[in-house]
Parts: sequence; structure tokens; C-alpha cells
Amino acid sequence: MQILVNDERHDVRAPTLAALLDELGYQSTARVATAVDGSFVAAGRRASMPLHEGARVEILAPMQGG
Amino acid sequence: MTLFYGTELASRLMLGTAQYPSPEILTDAVRRAGAGVVTVSLRREAAHARAGQSFWELIRALGVPVLPNTAGCHTAREAVTTAQMAREVFGTNWIKLEVIGESDTLQPDMFALVEAARILTEDGFNVFPYMTEDLVGAERLLRAGCEVLMPWGAPIGSGKGLNNLFGLRALRAHFPDVPMVVDAGIGVPSHAAQAMELGYDAVLINTAVARAGDPAQMARAFAMAVEAGRMAYLADPMEERDMAVPSTPVIGQAVL
Repeated sequence: MQILVNDERHDVRAPTLAALLDELGYQSTARVATAVDGSFVAAGRRASMPLHEGARVEILAPMQGG
Repeated sequence: MTLFYGTELASRLMLGTAQYPSPEILTDAVRRAGAGVVTVSLRREAAHARAGQSFWELIRALGVPVLPNTAGCHTAREAVTTAQMAREVFGTNWIKLEVIGESDTLQPDMFALVEAARILTEDGFNVFPYMTEDLVGAERLLRAGCEVLMPWGAPIGSGKGLNNLFGLRALRAHFPDVPMVVDAGIGVPSHAAQAMELGYDAVLINTAVARAGDPAQMARAFAMAVEAGRMAYLADPMEERDMAVPSTPVIGQAVL
């Protein structure tokens, strides 16, 4: 399945957002926040969040800011 | 005492964490500033990059309250989603809400700001809106549930100081009981002191400290200016006059 992760094209097998994080190599303890198709997906909902062809996934981490 | 959503800060100087030459210099600057709050953000990161995790550990070690921002957002929807993501990552309901409307000046889009502020307030956020000094906009933000306002001094990163003194004075006078922070555009400590002398409750500085030749030294200079400005405000400054008034007594002066 072709999806976009942080605006980069990925060919993945993961059926859910939680599985995608695992497939991409994020550790389960990684301090990241996720969104699918522009909407926030809380950590507790990742396992039940299905992915679809062309889904736009954002994975964000803490960063410096002003 | 000034309360920001029920919290008294250890200092009236809020400090951004971006653009420092190194993490060590950032840490040093935050300590020397005695910052009451540090601002942070969220950005994309690949699975094996560890910058986000190590930055988070550095921030936690500082022991200073964090204020996540929605920098770079251009629509209410983007800002709301970013705020929700920030709440989960940083574990705080506080959000510095930025919705940019114009890219040359990074001027806030007051319409989208009010819309996003309403949605976030209803969702339990404590919103710190980055705004222009517009009085009507301020009124709408307060009605949307904001309990703090953050007018700009000048465009972000410009270092121009307080661009519209009249507007900032009017805003302060119209809402005397609302905690207000001058955010953005401050270039040197005298600008920060001026904002505090006007009666603003705090200032938020980033570029002016991070881009100084010696950020830690500049952080300390800002801390002193903020304290001096606040003390001056509480001491009730004299009125400005157009004509000279002699300060030395005229009575008893010799006629020579």
C-alpha cells in the first residue's frame, strides 16, 4: 500500500497506524505525536486506526521553538 | 502577582529555545535568564533520528514550564491539529497559538486565530494567542475563552522593538486585568524594559538572545531589564512633558 509519511512516499504493509510506526522502526516508547489525513490520532487510538491507500500520515517529535 | 491560567511564574521572562549555537549554550541561556517559561515546538523526524528525544530530555532537565507553539501554521485547522499533537507530546494544556496570515511579516491571521482559539478552549486548552495589538481582535479572543493575550512588538525575528507604542498602550489600558505578554520583535533589553514599563506582565524573547554573540550573557541582560521594567511600572513612572521644568529649586537662587 502506498502512503505518504511526513510527505515522503512509502510502500508499507502495516494495516494500522500502530503497525506503521513499528514497521518504520519507531520504538514503542518514542515520544512522537501522530496525525492521519490532517486529524490528530492519540497514542491510545493508533492500534485501531486503519490506514488506506494514499493516507497522509504525519509523525512529529519535540523540537526547538520560539 | 500575575497568574497565567492559575499559575504564577518564577520569572516574567519567557524564552524561546530555537536557533542557539548548541544545546549547551541553550541550557546556559535558560539558566542565566532564570526563564519562567520556555517555548518548544513539534517537527517531522525520521524513526532513527534521536534529536527530538534528546531535545525533550534537555528541556525536562531544565525544570522550567514548557509552552508549546503552533509555529508555521497558516490555517485554524492546522493549528488545532498541531495543538492537539503538542498536548500529547509535551503533557500540557498550554499552547502558544500562532496562525500566520502573511508571510513577509509573519503577521497573525486574527480571524483564523479567533476560530482556532474557540475550538481549543472548548477542548480544554489554555490558549496564549500570538496576535496583533488590534483591540477588537483582543475582545474576540477573550470572548473565545482566552485568559492571556500575546500581542507582537514587531515582526518575529526583526528585533525592531515596540513598533506601535500607542497601540500597545491602548491594549494595556483597555484590558487592565488580562495577563499580557509582548511576544516577538524585541531586539535588545531596553525594548523589554519598555514593554514592562508599559505594564505588560511578561515578555517572550527568542532571536534576540539566541542570535547574540554571547547568548547566556544576553539572557542575563534581558532578565535584569525585565525586572527593572517591572519595578519601574510598579513605582508609577512620571508623566512625560513637552517643556523643561527645572529640577533644582528656583527659590533661594542668587541673583548675580
